[in-house]
Amino acid sequence: MGIDKQISGSPVEFRLDPGSGVPTYLQLVRQVEDGLRLGHVQPGDQLPKVKDVVAGLAINPNTVLKAYRELEHKGLAVGRPGQGTFIRDTVKVVPLREQQRLRTGLMRWLSSATDAGLDEDGIRALFTSALHDLTRQQKGAAS
Amino acid sequence: MNVIETHGLGKRYRRSWALRDCTLAIPAGRVVALVGPNGAGKTTLLHLAVGLTKQSEGEIAVLGGETPGSDKALGRVGFVAQDTPLYSYLSVADTLRLVANLSGSLDEAHARERLSALNIPMDRKVGQLSGGQRSQVALAVALARHPRLLILDEPVARLDPLARHEFMGALMAAVAEEEISVLLSSHVVSELERVCDYLVVLADGRVQVIGAVEDLLETHKVLTGPIEQADDIADTMAVVSDTRASRSARLLLRTNDRELLPAGWQAECTNLEEIVLAYLRVPHVSALPGPSGQQDHVEERSA
Repeated sequence: MGIDKQISGSPVEFRLDPGSGVPTYLQLVRQVEDGLRLGHVQPGDQLPKVKDVVAGLAINPNTVLKAYRELEHKGLAVGRPGQGTFIRDTVKVVPLREQQRLRTGLMRWLSSATDAGLDEDGIRALFTSALHDLTRQQKGAAS
Repeated sequence: MNVIETHGLGKRYRRSWALRDCTLAIPAGRVVALVGPNGAGKTTLLHLAVGLTKQSEGEIAVLGGETPGSDKALGRVGFVAQDTPLYSYLSVADTLRLVANLSGSLDEAHARERLSALNIPMDRKVGQLSGGQRSQVALAVALARHPRLLILDEPVARLDPLARHEFMGALMAAVAEEEISVLLSSHVVSELERVCDYLVVLADGRVQVIGAVEDLLETHKVLTGPIEQADDIADTMAVVSDTRASRSARLLLRTNDRELLPAGWQAECTNLEEIVLAYLRVPHVSALPGPSGQQDHVEERSA
């Protein structure tokens, strides 16, 4: 006998990590952002109704409203009165195929880094510093 | 509008005061946690707000000026008592019918809809339901009268973790749907931060802490730093708890001004549970809105 599957039909199933120290509304925001990055959440999708989120997670409705406002503020979602909150049609999503291509490239780079003798911390430090340089370059080019 | 407002409210049972000099105002649209040790006066305050008992001194009004227990207040204030007393030999359906007949205002369809969504059988005797289901029936009955203010006395104290989660989920869904104000007393401090946005701490029959959870989290910080300077800080700032290791001190304090933090000290945010527990350990320290109604302050009350 299998377990009962809970199927909501919504693109996001919010969950909470009480020990993370991250404020609840921010956890919800990040889960939508992660969903967008991974392609589970797509432009035009309707976010779950506030009532359904609070019933499932047993949290204050204002927390969900705050998360949805934050998503609107970031330009990712838009609230339509009487209907709900939707992911903007104009949100740019990197397609899954493109992400897979990048991932393959990254895996190749990672194994060459390991071959060169870098450990996990070393890889992380190198990546962080390179990412930092890139962001600074882009900022410099923009200004 | 304030859903509950009290001035110098007191209740005496024979020679001892269950509640004393209680002055507070709770704005509408909040989910309020009423916290305090056993015997702090929580149930007494709730009973006064519902109109189940009369005060010995002072004043209390609900829903913007109504007298608790008056006709106007009764129809709009819902109450779920401790241990959700229901008639165990009645079926769920008969319970709804009984309340409909007694109160004259029960949206039976509303209650049935809620209970069927939770898979609670209408023909089952209340005594044969699980604790979680019984509390859901009590909640459904209270909500079916469409209250503006719902008061719950220790609603989840005796429920297992799953039933507790489902009860709070159902309550929060009702808040999202109907915009009711909620006041609930609880011992379970760890779960309150997710559910409640307003906090009242009672100690020894008096209000010790009151305020919006967001404000309390913003104005309370944990400071960690060298122990040599700890006394200076404790003298000048409003310290709620003071834990000292051999070289470092950890102070939980109430502050509005980040600029005041001394060099060499690290400030961290804290959580509601830590704040509540810290205050409960020192009943003589209070955090109440100041006379201006804007500036908050911590003060030592002479015992």
